[in-house]
Amino acid sequence: MRDLLFRNLLRTPLTEPPPDRDDRAVAELAAVVDRAARRRLGRSLAIRQVDAGSCNGCELEIHALNNAYYDLERFGLRFIASPRHADVLLVTGPVTKNMRVALERTYAATPDPKWVIAVGDCARDGGCFAGSYAVVGGVAAVVPVDLHVPGCPPEPVDILRGLIAVLEQASEAVRTP
Amino acid sequence: MRLERTIRDLFGLVPVGLPDERPWLDHCRWGVRHPLGDRGEPEPHGPDYPFLPAEGESLHQIPVGPVHAGIIEPGHFRFTANGETVVRLEERLGYVHKGIEGLMTGADLERAARLAGRTSGDSTVAYALAFARAAEAALGIEAPPRAHWLRALMAELERLANHFGDIGAICNDAAFALMHAHMGVLRERVLRAAADCFGHRLMRDGVVSGGVSVDLTADGPAVIADLLVNIRHRFPALIELYDNTASLLDRTVATGILKPDLARRYGAGGFLGRASGRDFDARRQPGYPPYDRLTFDVPVREDGDVNARVWIRIREVEQSLSVVDQLLAGVPAGPLRVDLPQRTGEGMSLVEGFRGDVLVWLRLDAEARVARCHLRDPSWFQWPLLEAAIEGNIVADFPLCNKSFNCSYSGHDL
Repeated sequence: MRDLLFRNLLRTPLTEPPPDRDDRAVAELAAVVDRAARRRLGRSLAIRQVDAGSCNGCELEIHALNNAYYDLERFGLRFIASPRHADVLLVTGPVTKNMRVALERTYAATPDPKWVIAVGDCARDGGCFAGSYAVVGGVAAVVPVDLHVPGCPPEPVDILRGLIAVLEQASEAVRTP
Repeated sequence: MRLERTIRDLFGLVPVGLPDERPWLDHCRWGVRHPLGDRGEPEPHGPDYPFLPAEGESLHQIPVGPVHAGIIEPGHFRFTANGETVVRLEERLGYVHKGIEGLMTGADLERAARLAGRTSGDSTVAYALAFARAAEAALGIEAPPRAHWLRALMAELERLANHFGDIGAICNDAAFALMHAHMGVLRERVLRAAADCFGHRLMRDGVVSGGVSVDLTADGPAVIADLLVNIRHRFPALIELYDNTASLLDRTVATGILKPDLARRYGAGGFLGRASGRDFDARRQPGYPPYDRLTFDVPVREDGDVNARVWIRIREVEQSLSVVDQLLAGVPAGPLRVDLPQRTGEGMSLVEGFRGDVLVWLRLDAEARVARCHLRDPSWFQWPLLEAAIEGNIVADFPLCNKSFNCSYSGHDL
């Protein structure tokens, strides 16, 4: 193990430069984030991921955000276990009827201020599962959504772009009081 | 038994002598009863679900889920523990039931294939392939040779990516993050190569009925050759690291043992069955092209613990690398897909995904639309075994055991 660690100290890192923020996402967010909320959060967001019925494709790409190439934590963004100390709910999937209550409870357990990011095409309107007896629809049908990241599944860099947009909105007030 | 309970939930057919009368996928929230049979009013009783009792001195229950701590699909686990030791685990699934088989009915082949490819995202190629092969069997057609080879190439890339992810995640659940970081890099490289070769990181919708929808890009063979060199350069050192880290092996060896007898009785497929002595791989038996023209071994172990499931994955990675070599060397030129006739028919297929054998059965109407389709995930026969394997282990080893099984929630819940 020592050899492996030393060898990696000498190698250049795999981590790539951050993507530009998504300007469309910033515009979408500007309307919903108030100044006071931004001041309280600073440049750090705790994210709670909720699978409300996805096929697990989106989860794979959200997982990838933690690998050495995207290295999510360098932005002050990290995934946490409890909605009780989350700032952002990252919700995937069409919301199934069997998951509706769980999603509502998770949202209720998250303290204000909070943002909801819906990830994936299904999370917008149910995607190819819309119209099923077992599906409510998009995430917005159950909890208020602040930002939507499209794709099936969206690439990690797209999800990262959306998260950075939220972060910048959250921290803007700190830089320009 | 869960399949029988599901049949009753969805169709209203009542199995005679079923020992467990509780609903399974139906949580009484659909607003309709027996959605695929004679639809009726929902059950009047509420969403209360009686868990099976475990009685004894100083037992306590730990409810977990459906929303879990990590980035993972939803499901409920009810542990009954005596101190740290798990006395009984009972699973409650169905949270991600999307009604895929209901949506399939009446769908044309293109839409149905998209739905099949979204049954379990990590096995999107395997599902698309299983669906395509079932549709081709129903229509009495055969995909062109080049399509067979490209399908296999996608399937092996999917297997590699998932096995890398799993090996890393299992070690991570034993608090060995270094392995997770390195395996994450290998996985990412495979996904990027897949995007370069087929235009999508997970190669979604690449396999279609009658062939494939995308050709290998011009620089695809070079990209994959480069990927193989990279993996062969890095993977052996990581395996050595796994094998030489006593603190890690202390967690994986003799943990979560699945007895060969149980694996056989449940017909457990994939690495789970093969780590418990079940020598079965759908690529070999019943087999399908182009695997009949390739040489590969199917690794089997008898010990059935977490460590065995890690080693089966390691050996399968090595075999997949060799299969990809052979695929690159032999991929024939020719058309990518054939036209689909409009006719009725019935077909079934069995395809080896990374998790195990995916079965698809379907019946087409006269306009080649889906009249009925059933997709059976390997997880159906793996989830119940997790309950058996965890018994007598400590609660803290559950994530480790669960990850080493890596059953699909979405594939099971449909």
